[in-house]
Amino acid sequence: MIELRVNGETHQLDIDPQMPLLWALREHVGLTGTKYGCGIAQCGACTVHLGGAAIRSCSLPVSAAVGQDITTIEGLPDGPQGAVGQAVQQAWQDLDVVQCGFCQSGQIMQATALLATNPEPDDAAIDADMAGNICRCATYARIRKAIHKAAQALA
Amino acid sequence: MSTPKIVNLSPAAATAATTDTVDRGRRSFLKTSAGAAAGLTLGVWLPARGQMAGAGRVAGPGMAGGEPAAAGDFAPNAFVRIGTDDSVTVVCKHLEMGQGTFTGLPTLVAEELDARWEQVQPVGAPVDNARYNNLFWGQVQGTGGSTAIANAYEQMRRAGAAARGMLVGAAAEQWQVPAAEITVVDGVVSHPKSGRSAGFGELAEAAAAQPVPEAPTLKDPSAFKLIGKAFLPRKDSKAKCTGVAQFTQDVRLPGMLTACVAHPPLFGAKVRGFDDSAARAVPGVEQVVQIPSGVAVLAYDFWSAQQGRDALTVDWDESGAFTQGSAEILADYRKLAERPGKPVTSIGDAEQALAGAETVIEAEYSVPFLAHAAMETMDCVITPDAGGGVRVINGEQFQTIDQQAVAGVLGLEPSQVRIEMLYAGGSFGRRANPQSDYLVEAAHIFKAAGGKTPVKLIWTREDDTRAGFYRPLYLHRLKAGLDASGKPVAWQHRIVGQSIITGTAFEPALVVDGVDQTSVEGAKEIPYAIPNQAVDLHSPQLPVTVQWWRAVGSTHTAFAVECMLDELAAAAGKDPVDFRVTLMGEHPRERDVLKLAAQRGGWYDPPLPDGRGRGIAVHKSFGSYVAMVAEVTLDGDDGFSVDRVVIAVDCGTVVNPDVVVAQMEGGMGFGLSAALMSEITLVDGAVQQSNFDDYLVLRMDRMPAVEVHLVPSTEAPTGVGEPATPVIAPAVANALAAATGRRFHRLPLKRAA
Ligand code: FES
Ligand code: FES
Repeated sequence: MIELRVNGETHQLDIDPQMPLLWALREHVGLTGTKYGCGIAQCGACTVHLGGAAIRSCSLPVSAAVGQDITTIEGLPDGPQGAVGQAVQQAWQDLDVVQCGFCQSGQIMQATALLATNPEPDDAAIDADMAGNICRCATYARIRKAIHKAAQALA
Repeated sequence: MSTPKIVNLSPAAATAATTDTVDRGRRSFLKTSAGAAAGLTLGVWLPARGQMAGAGRVAGPGMAGGEPAAAGDFAPNAFVRIGTDDSVTVVCKHLEMGQGTFTGLPTLVAEELDARWEQVQPVGAPVDNARYNNLFWGQVQGTGGSTAIANAYEQMRRAGAAARGMLVGAAAEQWQVPAAEITVVDGVVSHPKSGRSAGFGELAEAAAAQPVPEAPTLKDPSAFKLIGKAFLPRKDSKAKCTGVAQFTQDVRLPGMLTACVAHPPLFGAKVRGFDDSAARAVPGVEQVVQIPSGVAVLAYDFWSAQQGRDALTVDWDESGAFTQGSAEILADYRKLAERPGKPVTSIGDAEQALAGAETVIEAEYSVPFLAHAAMETMDCVITPDAGGGVRVINGEQFQTIDQQAVAGVLGLEPSQVRIEMLYAGGSFGRRANPQSDYLVEAAHIFKAAGGKTPVKLIWTREDDTRAGFYRPLYLHRLKAGLDASGKPVAWQHRIVGQSIITGTAFEPALVVDGVDQTSVEGAKEIPYAIPNQAVDLHSPQLPVTVQWWRAVGSTHTAFAVECMLDELAAAAGKDPVDFRVTLMGEHPRERDVLKLAAQRGGWYDPPLPDGRGRGIAVHKSFGSYVAMVAEVTLDGDDGFSVDRVVIAVDCGTVVNPDVVVAQMEGGMGFGLSAALMSEITLVDGAVQQSNFDDYLVLRMDRMPAVEVHLVPSTEAPTGVGEPATPVIAPAVANALAAATGRRFHRLPLKRAA
């Protein structure tokens, strides 16, 4: 039995401890906002917060997440980084960042973690931190702007 | 109404209020019907705009499709529903894969309906070729070729105007006042003289009893309140920012099995046999089945299915497989390019003009195979439906083609295949596959697994990258001549590459006299007045499967043509902009975007310092005109960065300016991946790339600053999803040439020779 604490709730899961956290969240906890894009920590679509840090859930065995607080996009606004998360989600909507949207849960989780540690990132800091999150629709210019906007809103 | 609901409405719900009341005669009527949850709804059926001129003519995503056609047959269409709760539901016939269809189509309806933007919500249309066909594609329902707004511009406005007319008619009757005295503003119907007013919801039932106006009057563009308005929030924004938007990957049905497939390692390889004992031993694996495209493992979740698939031992018969590599293909193409191909364009006598030219410039350009690599890998759900049919659920782009293909595999009538269109996590052309490849694969698995169990096929990123249906590898050979004054007098352009159309249902329409029009679009007619021109085409056949890829033929023709123009300008000692402008007398729209981009992109600023360069390119595709100025900075011995891109676009009437800007930014960024780093290569027939660690794509750290300028226009709206994509590679290649003094002839661009 794997015991996972996700978005403040505890789940008992009868699954392979080697299963990546991503698939445990998507198919066993039922939270599908976190996406599969590559499975090898290359695209960031699967980004969630583990103990407050942004991690690639596709490449972490679920057993390694036991005992830690996991936050997904669904729990972001009410989670430990709720205020930052809400500002990020709002900025994303104010600027209509999304296109197909498939990468955006991961982008928002990554951007929230960035702002939580660096409240005023410049473009270089944004580029460095966000380079692990691919957006095939290339919404990058708006992501940059939205991160600045969220930072301003939080200042 | 606060926020749009998740918009993956089931076809059943979308058609519930419509199918029983269709009058196929010349007049169309609407009736009320009780919807289960929404209360009374008002359905509007409208006479469709006519089909594209020329019976049976079909254009695919590779083609812009032409101008909106004149009025023709009446076919019932249902686009608008107004609920008693004041909600306005717009049934969208085009897939939302990022390009903003679920915002743009509702904008058109809301404009003529005078609805409040907040009360409008989009839903996906069910499959119904008669009502939801793409007006540029005859009786084919589907999305592509940057046609969504262009083909539906009047159709959706008429739908909104008709609904408005009926609401006004109902109010006039209820209030016993002349309809002409009634106004509609922001979702409120009013009679100012008597001070009466009502919301749409209050009038919905009565409006449903009104006749559908035969020829509703459309607004004069000067009266537009929403069309062209700077910012109208996207309808899919909130759902996609909160993780609740539904994609195929997210679908879970009771009893559903997830399938992963072992695909052949080479094009043309086949399963000879397989050992599935290890696969079956993986906990969670339920079935292993052989299908025409490989061996599928079905399990109760993805992880088990993938583990099972990886545990398969498949014996592949590679005797008939394709074993050439990209280098050999290119060498073959080079040989082919030594002799003339099928004639495409012939103006004057290029051969003779070259012989008499003062200066002759020759160049060879080449581009590699490219995968679409949409963020959501290909996936599809098939589940049993009432009456022995099936329901197909996916980011559906090619309804008519896919419905027939799935029906064919399952031995059903097309009408027994219902299709539910979810959001697609990108497509870039991939989900409009003329062979319906991944849907057919899903259907085979569903059938082999017994046809009773819901099945979700998911491709891993590796499957998706190696599955073929690439943008083909192309070789271009150009030869051009200048006279003594530096004026171009001859242009010879030979194109070599696979046809994406031959062998598909689109061949009759798009292959003309042996020339695949999508192979030569952007090269067949250039906007430059050169008196002698010859363009020809070789379409070699290879077993590597190929397909349209965002902006299709223009992805290679724009690169070749616009880089060559710069080479000519350099040889003539002219400024690249001036050189082009003097040749563009017959092409004012190209000329004007070029000038605008030059002006806004700092073309006339003082020259950049050493190690930096500016480049420009202009190209028309899908009816729209795009020009770009790119600035690059050389970095160390071998690298460079693209710092800034300024884009000018003329896409006719702009419906949603912010969506157009987003498509320019994103379309350019998509093209920048191909310009800078993406390439699929074959060695001994095997695809060398598998995932984002070796199939490289643009990331945040290489995204330039972007600026977009829209040309004001009252022309009919044209496409925006694709036209930015092909322009960036030549703009960057030309900038790199300016910075280094060398020319660049291959994509992806590498500074090292
Ligand atoms: S799915 Fe985890 S990084 Fe791509
Ligand atoms: S919005 Fe489509 S991949 Fe990012």
